[in-house]
Amino acid sequence: MAIKTEPITINMGPQHPSTHGVFRLRVTFDGEVVVDVEPVFGYLHRGTEKLAEERTYVQIVTLTDRLDYTASMSNNLAYVRSVEKLGGIEVPERARYLRVICAELQRIASHFISIGFMLQELGAFGTPLMYCFRERERILDLFEMLCGARITLSYMRPGGLIQDAPEDFWPALSILMESMPEYIDDLEGLVTSNEIVLARTRDVGIISPELAVNGSVTGPMLRASGVQWDLRKANPYEVYDRLEFDVPIGYQGDTYDRYLVRVQEMRESLRIIEQCVEQIPEGPIQSEAPFFVRPPVGDVYDSIEAPKGELGFYLVSDGGISPYRCKIRAPSFINLTLLKDMLVGWKLADLVVIFGSTDVVLGEVDR
Amino acid sequence: MSFDQLYNLLDRFVPESIDWIVFTVTALILSLAVINAMVLCTALYTWFERRMLGRFQSRIGPNRWGPFGLLQPIADVIKLLVKEDVIPVVADKAVFTLAPVVLLVPALVVFIVIPFGEQSFLGKLNVGVLFILGVTGVNTLAIIMGGWASRNKYALFGAMRGAAMLISYEVPMALSLIGVIILAGSISLADIVSSQGIFYILVQPLAFLVFMAAASAEMSRAPFDMIESESELGAGYHTEYSGIKYAIFQLAEFMAPLVTAAVATVVFLGGTKGIDPIPGQVWFLLKAFSVVFVLLWVRATWPRLRVDQIMGFAWKGLFPLSVINFFVVAVEMFALQEPDGTVTNQSMMIMVGINWVVMVVSIVVIATVLGQGKLQHKLPPQPSSLANMAASEGD
Repeated sequence: MAIKTEPITINMGPQHPSTHGVFRLRVTFDGEVVVDVEPVFGYLHRGTEKLAEERTYVQIVTLTDRLDYTASMSNNLAYVRSVEKLGGIEVPERARYLRVICAELQRIASHFISIGFMLQELGAFGTPLMYCFRERERILDLFEMLCGARITLSYMRPGGLIQDAPEDFWPALSILMESMPEYIDDLEGLVTSNEIVLARTRDVGIISPELAVNGSVTGPMLRASGVQWDLRKANPYEVYDRLEFDVPIGYQGDTYDRYLVRVQEMRESLRIIEQCVEQIPEGPIQSEAPFFVRPPVGDVYDSIEAPKGELGFYLVSDGGISPYRCKIRAPSFINLTLLKDMLVGWKLADLVVIFGSTDVVLGEVDR
Repeated sequence: MSFDQLYNLLDRFVPESIDWIVFTVTALILSLAVINAMVLCTALYTWFERRMLGRFQSRIGPNRWGPFGLLQPIADVIKLLVKEDVIPVVADKAVFTLAPVVLLVPALVVFIVIPFGEQSFLGKLNVGVLFILGVTGVNTLAIIMGGWASRNKYALFGAMRGAAMLISYEVPMALSLIGVIILAGSISLADIVSSQGIFYILVQPLAFLVFMAAASAEMSRAPFDMIESESELGAGYHTEYSGIKYAIFQLAEFMAPLVTAAVATVVFLGGTKGIDPIPGQVWFLLKAFSVVFVLLWVRATWPRLRVDQIMGFAWKGLFPLSVINFFVVAVEMFALQEPDGTVTNQSMMIMVGINWVVMVVSIVVIATVLGQGKLQHKLPPQPSSLANMAASEGD
């Protein structure tokens, strides 16, 4: 005898422990199985793009801190690169290297958050997250040495950086570099071959390479699907063309691959930082750019490989001290386009894990 | 001190015609003692769990109120007592109010029959194991009541998962205890303790493992904590509860590991048996404490299984294991028991040898069938041809 059942619709969020902020998913379940998903966002909308039109080019740097608040350095870098391209501003060599060091440190910190929260959503309550946060703290300590802030850094300026790294930064960095590979090994030892993690993540939430490319997904999510695409290699910016590193990819684009790609990227980032520390020259860290940048009339798009994917800024200048239009291509937002394809057919428990593995930050999604 | 002793003591001072008063007074005194002792133990345990979790998670844990934060549970209780007790308008009020009580009572009642000394508070109850299995089964009902009455979808999800899971896991739990019952030849907890010439954890390691796994599912702790599953359902079946009702739910939940530890200590770890100068009660506490610590350890480190995987684990993993154990023990008993049905220590040593081999083999077999295996990928992943990074490098 077939029992009559009917689907149940649940509002997951905006107040829900696994929505990475204030994201809302209207999910229709058939029992435990997801049959339909409708994402609702905008709860964290702060009008960043409009605010940018009212501020000078330097002031906007502080707005970019608040986009993806787990990766401020990368946001800063993407923005100042756009302004420099628009205004034709030169950047000294030392600043370029320092920027790369900062961006890669930020990538490690951001991936720690991503992995920690993914495990938290798998149900390992607290412990892995705290371990990841403990290591991330040490990176934040380095940022504090550089610019005095830990989260909203505003370290970069069009034309360079606000200040050079202090004397004690380099020994502190080398201590971190020595201990970090060991820690990543520990993390992998605890998580990578854990039976429950494998059972929960392998073959779950698969994105095929075709689907990923069609959905213009970028970053670790794209690479986990087996598409080897990294702007650091494909369109080298700053000094990445002088550095040696690999672009890790996954096998089939499931949740487990997304985790593995992130872990491998952390190792690659360490390699990059190591080379930067060896190659970094002495010299100024700020070119003679005026405080009120007045770029010529025109528009520009420039993008970098942020921890979450391709982060781009499209700036239109009317010759004034603030941009006429500032459009942000936020990787988290665009990576969410495949949410329905990933979630339908999986269970409630998989939903939070798959959503966690996309590694979204709502500050960036809603802007 | 058992019920009979207390009853006889009080009975001396009153005439026989009002024996029922003595009976009532004795019952009241005993229940008061048990409830207070248990609530205090649970309060201490919450402190211990939070402190230990803090250590596991490389943080400190509660350390503000009292020495080492020992008074933290009291502060928590006071906070919860003064909170507003919200009952949703659409809730079924009677069931909603009853659910916390229904969850708490079985946990307390189990402690009545645990033999802390020579016998339990109730004296020599000759159906101890059956009583425990029956009484703990009630908590399924409480979770369904809580989830259904709150009229909350998350709560309903938690309750439905709970019903499926708790009923499934009762089967391997009971089957794992059957092996012990065969060996002891009795379902009285006191007899099980006294029959343990060698602790049953050594004689039946498989039963112990199955029991621990099933019991941690029964009290819905990690890795089987899907009734609450903070990251998925918010708080599961007690999403809508607040104030004192929430406190009672938490009390029952934190009491569950203590109940499990007590039962495991009695059934598998020889209860109050120990080396002589130290009293049996101390041994009991030490053993129970180590069981609690193992449960806590698992909770602090393991991720959660999915609903279907949890059910699969019960029926495909634990159920065959417990049947194997039950079967092996039955055959061994048939071969090794004395004419009067008892087992000598020498025969038990033989059983130890056989059962450990059986345990290792059966777990390896089950794990190979059910497990995820090692990563099969030998070759590095092949990049898709959709994006060719090398081509754009020349630009």
